[in-house]
Amino acid sequence: MSNWALILYCGLITYLTRFSMIALIKKEMFNDRIRQILSFVPSAIFPAIIFPAIFINDKGLFEIDDNPKILAAIIAMVIGIFSRSIIATIFSGLASYWFLIFVV
Amino acid sequence: MKSNFKVFLKGIIDVSPLMIPVVPFGLIFGVLAIDIGFTPIETMAMSLIIFGGASQIVLLQLFSGGASSLVIISSVGAVNSRHLLYGAVVSEHLSDLKLIWKIIISYFLIDQAFAISNEYLKKNKDNNRYFHLVGGGATCWVIWQSTTFLGIILGAAIPEKLGLSFAVPLTFLALLVNDFRKFINVIVIIISGLVATFGYNYIPFKAYVIVAAFAGLFTAMILTTKNKRI
Repeated sequence: MSNWALILYCGLITYLTRFSMIALIKKEMFNDRIRQILSFVPSAIFPAIIFPAIFINDKGLFEIDDNPKILAAIIAMVIGIFSRSIIATIFSGLASYWFLIFVV
Repeated sequence: MKSNFKVFLKGIIDVSPLMIPVVPFGLIFGVLAIDIGFTPIETMAMSLIIFGGASQIVLLQLFSGGASSLVIISSVGAVNSRHLLYGAVVSEHLSDLKLIWKIIISYFLIDQAFAISNEYLKKNKDNNRYFHLVGGGATCWVIWQSTTFLGIILGAAIPEKLGLSFAVPLTFLALLVNDFRKFINVIVIIISGLVATFGYNYIPFKAYVIVAAFAGLFTAMILTTKNKRI
């Protein structure tokens, strides 16, 4: 398959995952119970992106010793819980990560 | 009711903090794609056609690892299956729109825009509330395309040592700050995170994201059966 065909197919499948539910689901299908469950979607998906990015290294190996990302993520989380600010969370995480890799 | 433009503008403002980590992410993507052997035009086309950071990185990773096209496409599909859930969540608010708007908005239904607009859509009942999602999505689009372009041009001038890829998980962490205070959410977060981490190498086609998401939602379903209102 050429690079262009690959890019087009990947684009198509990405678009379809975004469009299908919006096209298919009607407002009438919602009730409070479904709304309640769906309100957990961010809590259910985002950790699946966060955890591997922190705990698994470039080679696909689990890394827990000597991994500054863990401490930096915990600091960011604590700052986030207290500040409730997206910017403060991101900056404290990056700042502590850089501090850990460059200074410590 | 606010004007369409004001709601659109609100979307831009609300999503802006989330754009800070998108900048290094886009740069890294541009650099990596060229490094792996895609032409500048192909690299730009990926950002324009696919317009999804996670999908594009997965494409690059598998492509450079020599995976077959079928594996690459199904992995991109699996990574993207989370959009099915985003679509399900926002569909309630877009149900009455004309098809053309659904087609346009679908293109912009990305993680950051979803996260920000989900809150807005829940709190606002105006008919034009979907402009918020368009504003957030369009902002991401501009940043993603321009940083891809910069990455292509700057190439190796960007130091890898900065560990900018850590900015990506930080973005998603920041999106959960309010959920860390709720007990059931914390349980869901831990379950999903553990399933993803331990399934990372064992669940084929990078489907660990959606498997973890369903494990999390299933946990939420069980924990909320007893007290219907939290």
